[in-house]
Amino acid sequence: MPLLDLLPLAASESNLLAAREQMAFTLAFHIVLSCIGVALPATMLVANYVGLKKGDEAAMELARRWSKAIAVTFAVGAVTGTVLSFEFGLLWPEFMDRFGAAFGVAFAIEGIFFFVEAIFIAVYIYGWKRLSPWAHFWSGVPMVITGIGGAFSVVAANAWMNQPQGFTLNGAGEVVDVEPLKVLFNPATGYEVAHMILAAYMVVGFLVASIYAVGMLKGRRDRLHKLGLVIPLTIACIATPVQLFVGDTAARGVADHQPAKFAAMECIQETGTDQTEYLGGICTDDGVKGAIGIPGLDSFLVGWSTDTEVTGLNDIPPDERPPANTFIHLSFDTMVGIGSALMGLALWFGFVWWKRRDIPQTPWFLRAVSVSGAAAIVALWCGWIVTEVGRQPWIVQGYMRTSEAVTEAEGIWFTFALVLLLYTGLGTGAILVLRAMSRRWREKGAEDVQSPYAPQTEEETA
Amino acid sequence: MSKADGAAAILWVGATFYALFGGADFGGGFWDLVAGWDEKGQRPRDVIQRSLTPVWEANHVWLIFVLVVLWTAFPSAFSAIFTTLYVPIALAALGIVLRGAGFAFRKSIVGLRERRAMGATFAISSVLTPFFMGTVVGAIAAGNVPAEGNGDAFSSWIQPLPLLIGAMFVASGAYLAAVFLVGDARRGDHEMESYFERRALGAAVVAGAFAVAGLFALHSEARYVFDRLTEQGLPLVVLSLFCGAALLIVLVRGGRRLLRPLAAGAVIAVVWGWGVAQFPYLLPTSLRIDQAAAPDATMTIVFIVFAIAAVVVLPSLGLLYTLAQRDLLESEH
Ligand code: HDD
Ligand code: HEM
Ligand code: HEM
Repeated sequence: MPLLDLLPLAASESNLLAAREQMAFTLAFHIVLSCIGVALPATMLVANYVGLKKGDEAAMELARRWSKAIAVTFAVGAVTGTVLSFEFGLLWPEFMDRFGAAFGVAFAIEGIFFFVEAIFIAVYIYGWKRLSPWAHFWSGVPMVITGIGGAFSVVAANAWMNQPQGFTLNGAGEVVDVEPLKVLFNPATGYEVAHMILAAYMVVGFLVASIYAVGMLKGRRDRLHKLGLVIPLTIACIATPVQLFVGDTAARGVADHQPAKFAAMECIQETGTDQTEYLGGICTDDGVKGAIGIPGLDSFLVGWSTDTEVTGLNDIPPDERPPANTFIHLSFDTMVGIGSALMGLALWFGFVWWKRRDIPQTPWFLRAVSVSGAAAIVALWCGWIVTEVGRQPWIVQGYMRTSEAVTEAEGIWFTFALVLLLYTGLGTGAILVLRAMSRRWREKGAEDVQSPYAPQTEEETA
Repeated sequence: MSKADGAAAILWVGATFYALFGGADFGGGFWDLVAGWDEKGQRPRDVIQRSLTPVWEANHVWLIFVLVVLWTAFPSAFSAIFTTLYVPIALAALGIVLRGAGFAFRKSIVGLRERRAMGATFAISSVLTPFFMGTVVGAIAAGNVPAEGNGDAFSSWIQPLPLLIGAMFVASGAYLAAVFLVGDARRGDHEMESYFERRALGAAVVAGAFAVAGLFALHSEARYVFDRLTEQGLPLVVLSLFCGAALLIVLVRGGRRLLRPLAAGAVIAVVWGWGVAQFPYLLPTSLRIDQAAAPDATMTIVFIVFAIAAVVVLPSLGLLYTLAQRDLLESEH
């Protein structure tokens, strides 16, 4: 490949870098859509339920609109997910060869969830007019379960990469025995899965609410906009405090089982007790520069006492230290910072609602909500950076290095460039289509709002 | 039958469903591509879209199923195939992305120009994707994938047999789709019905021709598979020929009822004929099923998953297809 000649790296290193960048980029893209697939069905069903129970046409219209949005995002999610499955073989063939028999188990289970999800999404999305209202509502419920189940299986696979167990290797390093339950329920599964599912509900809740908040800031203050803000925002605000709790548990899990990752996250250079918690800053070999330090807090958070010993990078062999320390550290701080800020927003909303049964009236509230969706996505990405980059140089912690896993095929930079181009188009297309849909809804307005369950009109049948 | 053979059978069941439903999906895209511009192609395009929209996503999952079973149950075969045939595989993946995007966006876009661009993307990628998948299958059958992987990136699949199989994939998808669409158009539209009848006939002949040419290529490039196909696999070959011929007769005589089962029968017989002819190899003749197999416990999970899929997924799929067939799902959303 001529491209490789331009790079001052050995071909295999260059391949590794390209493969990692491509994997990271495609995953980051997919994860946003998969959050929508995990959490938007539930949000939509809440609206559908409210609409049916109270005969609320605005809620019904919201459910219908969201189902149409799901039709688009689900399709894009399905193709980007398929690309990920191909990438396992195209980018990481040695990883699959060695460990497919072990961690593949999680994906095999995921297959069932995808199937059921794809089927019932179709029934729900296309069944608005002809199915009876309650039958239609119930046809949506499997999506909620399969979304959670799908997230469980995929993230359990990732948790296994972080804290592998449940397999036996022979002398040649081949997997000769597998204990599927141990693979699925490794020590990281509990918090990673819970954290991910909550993240999905937060991302979707804040994101959908932010769309309606922008609308309200533009002066559209009808019932539809208010419900469109309140329903998802309530879901997100319930998820947020739980998320902070789970994130805290995750951090302690990482400190226990992946000390190198934890040291990188917190920028800890020397093993010892009474570790300082640094907020922000740049990590260097001789400590953190430009950070706010809170003495003892780090040790306290890990073990409820400042006497807790925390491993520093000095105790990790140099070739097993995660790269890009500052990046990992700042990603972690960004995630926690955003989580805390969203917690503030949740408290504000919760308090005012409790007092007045209404949303806070100041435009600052709507402004805050309108950036919350993007903020939640950034937190999501940051979390994955902590998890994945923090695990480096391992692809399977302690068992296989990422450099051993990568393909020997040439031209990964080329495919990466192509992927960038393709996904830019895909993302732009999806956004344009969604915006065109929402414009059409606004223009058609009233007539559409009337009755989603009415029989098809002549014009629609034609 | 060993556990590994059982898992291989599951793999083949998945491949069969994908060949049937995925194949018909791609075929729908093919007929969309050749339906003619705008006005002229509008009616067949509507029929195609109406019948594909609710089911294409579910049809697509069979591919995921096959991939997942392959890498879980036969990781070394997965790795060997992907390190050798990465070029056609990447091109197929590209096609899948374009196809999904084109299809999803086309319905939701109002502007004629954008709609056309999206439609064209959908249609062209519907042809390229099965073609490249076919070359992958052809290269495997031809024995061009070494067990240890990293086979030649180009000469492994740029050979008469893989290319012919690629073409056969496109043609048989078109054939399946046309047969299914005859049924879907039937509800009230005689013109469209005979439109797709003619196309089913044409595609059947072309697919048959590719199959015969494929047999010759098989004879020279994939002797192991050819020999087994003409011995153990012979009944299936005959069954496939019989279904194909019977379908032609039924079509010409204007019969309806047997169309779909016959078309499906022909394709199923080919897929299993291939399987029987490869047995006991996953990659003829370098990697046997038992050599590639994952440990027993993993296989057990694959069986359990398959059993659950049979109990949960198949009835759900049945529900989806029934609702779609009874017009209880609208295609526009
Ligand atoms: C809305 C998104 C979001 C928010 C607000 C938070 N997180 Fe998070 N975090 C994620 C979304 C996320 C995630 C979904 O991106 C990750 C990646 C892997 C995982 O299991 O969840 C993650 C990973 C992750 C990890 C690494 C786990 C591992 O490597 O196994 C830790 C230690 C934390 N988080 C801790 C926290 C803390 C202490 C938070 C708040 C106080 C927090 N997270 C808020
Ligand atoms: C089951 C789930 C997942 C699996 C099996 C998985 C697997 C991998 C693999 C094989 C790599 C390449 C090796 C490496 O550099 O670490 C990787 C890297 C990466 N993945 Fe994951 N991943 C999963 C989930 C995610 C998700 C959902 C994200 C979200 C965005 C993500 C973000 C990343 C990032 C950012 C990298 C790049 C790491 C680097 O450049 O050092 N991962 N992952
Ligand atoms: C390496 C990691 C991953 C791989 C290989 C992967 C694979 C896939 C595949 C093949 C599909 C398409 C299924 C279909 O055709 O319907 C898909 C969709 C989906 N994935 Fe992923 N996935 C990964 C990461 C994740 C993560 C981390 C989550 C969860 C949080 C997730 C959740 C989903 C969901 C909910 C869908 C349904 C489609 C949608 O709603 O957009 N995936 N994924």
